Amino acid sequence: MDKIPILRMGDLLLVTIQVDLYDRIAEALEADLVQAIDKSGAQGVLIDISAVNIIDSFMGRIIGNIAMMSKVLDAETVVVGMQPAVAITLVELGLQLSGVLTALNVEKGMTLLRSKIAVKDNDPEDGNTE
Amino acid sequence: MVTLNKENMSVTREVDVIPFRNRLKEMATKIGMGLVNQTKLITAASELSRNMLRYANGGIVVLEVVSKGRENGIRLTFRDEGPGIADIGQAMKDGFSTGKSLGLGLPGTRRLVSDFQIESKVGKGTVVTIIKWKNG
Repeated sequence: MDKIPILRMGDLLLVTIQVDLYDRIAEALEADLVQAIDKSGAQGVLIDISAVNIIDSFMGRIIGNIAMMSKVLDAETVVVGMQPAVAITLVELGLQLSGVLTALNVEKGMTLLRSKIAVKDNDPEDGNTE
Repeated sequence: MVTLNKENMSVTREVDVIPFRNRLKEMATKIGMGLVNQTKLITAASELSRNMLRYANGGIVVLEVVSKGRENGIRLTFRDEGPGIADIGQAMKDGFSTGKSLGLGLPGTRRLVSDFQIESKVGKGTVVTIIKWKNG
């Protein structure tokens, strides 16, 4: 079975989806990613979907799940590079991807992720005052 | 409406969805359908094949290039012999699902295509027909 690789870079995890998504691959990615966050203690996850031509309601839900689960594990998720045609289709389909941070490209996504993590580290209410 | 080209594909396993989507993309590209309409059509097809796999253990899809007046388009017919849908009106509502999904599949699919027809008999099966016009 195809598998989507998860790369670790410092305290971030990088996922670049280069294969045609179907349900089982998406579900496997969800499970693998949650485990990888847990194991590595990563603070951020960047998912590059620039090569993905089709996202339907199921795959969209998986992306939403990943964002929600990583949040519970104290990591931020940013989805980058969505193709315009995919964005139009998702909106018309009725999928809101609420709670998912998005950015136009990897560079902007990285900046967004870094700023989110920095805010979290500086938030005194998190008990992390240094 | 005239059918210019017709072929069948069976979708009985999840991986069958990929060659089906690829073939559909080829056909849509061939008639000159733009990228946004292609994406909508293939996403709709992806939703309907999932329904077929999930609720009816798969079925047959008929892919047709159709023409009406000056307009070309693609018609897909999804035919399964599953349990059928008892209340189509309910199934077409946003947010309704008997499974674990978000309930966007059928109503969302209808928004993505130019024409959407569904017929179902409980215990016999379901036939869903969609048309996406090249410029529709």
